[in-house]
Amino acid sequence: MSLFILTANRLRDGRVVFLTAHGWEESLRTAIVAATEAEQRALEALGAQSVAMCEVVDPYLVEVEVENGVPSPLHYRERIRASGPTVRPDLARRDGIPEDCRVSL
Amino acid sequence: MYRYDSYDEAFVRARVAQFRDQVRRRLAGELTEEEFRPHRLMNGLYLQLHAYMLRVAIPYGTLSSRQLRRLAEVADRWDRGYGHFTTRQNIQFNWPRLEDVPDILEALAEVGLHGIQTSGNCIRNITTDAYAGVAADEVADPRPFCELLRQWSSLHPEFSFLPRKFKIAVSASPHDRAAIRAHDIGLRLYRDDAGELAFEVLAGGGLGRTPMIAKTVREHLPARQLLPYVEAILRVYNRFGRRDHKFKSRIKILVHEIGLDAFRAAVEEEYARSLDPEDVELAALELERIEELFAPPPYEELPARDPLHERRLAEEPAFARFARTNLRPHRVPGYAIVDVSLKPVGGIPGDVTSDQMRRLADLADRFSFGELRTTHTQNLALPHVRLRDVHSLWELLEEAGLGTPNIGLVTDIVCCPGLDYCALATARSIPIARALARRFAELDAQERIGPLSIRMSGCINACGQHHIGHIGILGLEKRGEESYQITLGGRPDERTAIGRILGPGFSASEVVDAVEAVLRFYLEGRNGPQETFADFVERVGVETFREVVYAPVRAR
Repeated sequence: MSLFILTANRLRDGRVVFLTAHGWEESLRTAIVAATEAEQRALEALGAQSVAMCEVVDPYLVEVEVENGVPSPLHYRERIRASGPTVRPDLARRDGIPEDCRVSL
Repeated sequence: MYRYDSYDEAFVRARVAQFRDQVRRRLAGELTEEEFRPHRLMNGLYLQLHAYMLRVAIPYGTLSSRQLRRLAEVADRWDRGYGHFTTRQNIQFNWPRLEDVPDILEALAEVGLHGIQTSGNCIRNITTDAYAGVAADEVADPRPFCELLRQWSSLHPEFSFLPRKFKIAVSASPHDRAAIRAHDIGLRLYRDDAGELAFEVLAGGGLGRTPMIAKTVREHLPARQLLPYVEAILRVYNRFGRRDHKFKSRIKILVHEIGLDAFRAAVEEEYARSLDPEDVELAALELERIEELFAPPPYEELPARDPLHERRLAEEPAFARFARTNLRPHRVPGYAIVDVSLKPVGGIPGDVTSDQMRRLADLADRFSFGELRTTHTQNLALPHVRLRDVHSLWELLEEAGLGTPNIGLVTDIVCCPGLDYCALATARSIPIARALARRFAELDAQERIGPLSIRMSGCINACGQHHIGHIGILGLEKRGEESYQITLGGRPDERTAIGRILGPGFSASEVVDAVEAVLRFYLEGRNGPQETFADFVERVGVETFREVVYAPVRAR
């Protein structure tokens, strides 16, 4: 079973955000996880609504795995997007994804 | 140095006011993203992987200390304290907030900077030799022609919606330091047999998905007829360039598909049809006005050699090393061009902090008539330094972490931002560049390897110009992992060549070993140090490298 969360960029400042039960947040720790196709469509509908309300741009679903209740993107691109540039740890999002999910080289 | 006149200033300020209103309307929901996107792109504002990115044009790579200080202010006040110099002599800020961008653009406009036409399907920033106007080997300063092209192309109504982006580069030396053959139009300025300035006009070059070397469309064009001829090329491209397929929309595809002869015939026909002697006269007059604004700074009359400088070279090996790698001959006796490397070992190629920007601005004021240059290899240069001052400058550069003596060597790596910043990237490039720089950090070894340009891109779009690197590295995705393809045999100079793929890609953990194996083979097989890496690859062929690279790397 594939799991997905919804991500976008916040219109006002461009920051990467994830849809949680409390709205769009910079951390994906509490992102709403869609387990069924209907849940995915529901997330996308919420994304479209947020676009119409000028909150975010370009929302899309990201496939994740969930460990100890925390989602982590499967693809390295999305892990980098969630945690910040891997070459600037000082700019990384500490509240983003768990350290062991970060992309290292 | 060229300064914006009141027309330019009013024009840039008007654009800032327009964009401020567009941002307001976007944030208020009066414009959709689809409606807003072309406006933000035409002002250099992208939406990247983590945030918006603002690209600021540095026309023909000439920058004043005042402008650099303002860039430092922007970095501190509205960004995260640093900027990134690109392979097209521009600078990018990675973290601006949309709501702040109008204020940023207003602050930039006050010093004659902007992001206009740094994105979109229009004529982009005109680039040139970073040593323009001061290089000992050039025939004339190419920047007045660049400025003429900038003025002509800025918001040109006919060329603001081309099939695809359009890049022009100009060189005025026998040695091409602007990679003109890798551009949509390349212009080589020379003196003809009559002693008059003329251009060789090339078109159809470009890297990206389908790399091609520009072809000569006109071997001899009187310099004063530059604008009508470039206009004819743009017209032919605008009319016949493909708009049905993004990957086939660059001028290189048009030239390739219809053939050089047919392309040339179409350009010549358009040129003959639309050539208006009055326009040529007007452009010539404007060129004269511009040339006056590029008058050289008040150089001192100095002897060609400076005894103090030479004594220090003899007594201080570290300074002598810096002079060997980072100094270039100047056309004025007693002066030198000093390259400032933005490639310290462990650093990010092209990145510079706001503190370093301010220090460099101070050094430019003290040693180089307040002028700097950005290079297409993501470094900076101070173009007018007295030989007797080079030692003091070097000491201060060292203090600021900007004295790395590696220009043109293995660690002077050209590298796009890759997947650490870029939404289009398929792999990271900066960590590989860093790992390579660490592997080859030893300075004697770098000099032993000799002239070498490693160029790296994090995707097929090739912003890191990997195709024309002596060693090119292309980051791709392969089965959900980052994979790195090596090319050899590329050249970025006047003998521009596209590198050939060595073979299957390497993993991130293998690619540095693979480059080391390539260089070991070269060091063991070259005909002495005078045979450069590029010449060696040409002599032995790319295939020869395969067996010496793959087996040992894969066995580790």
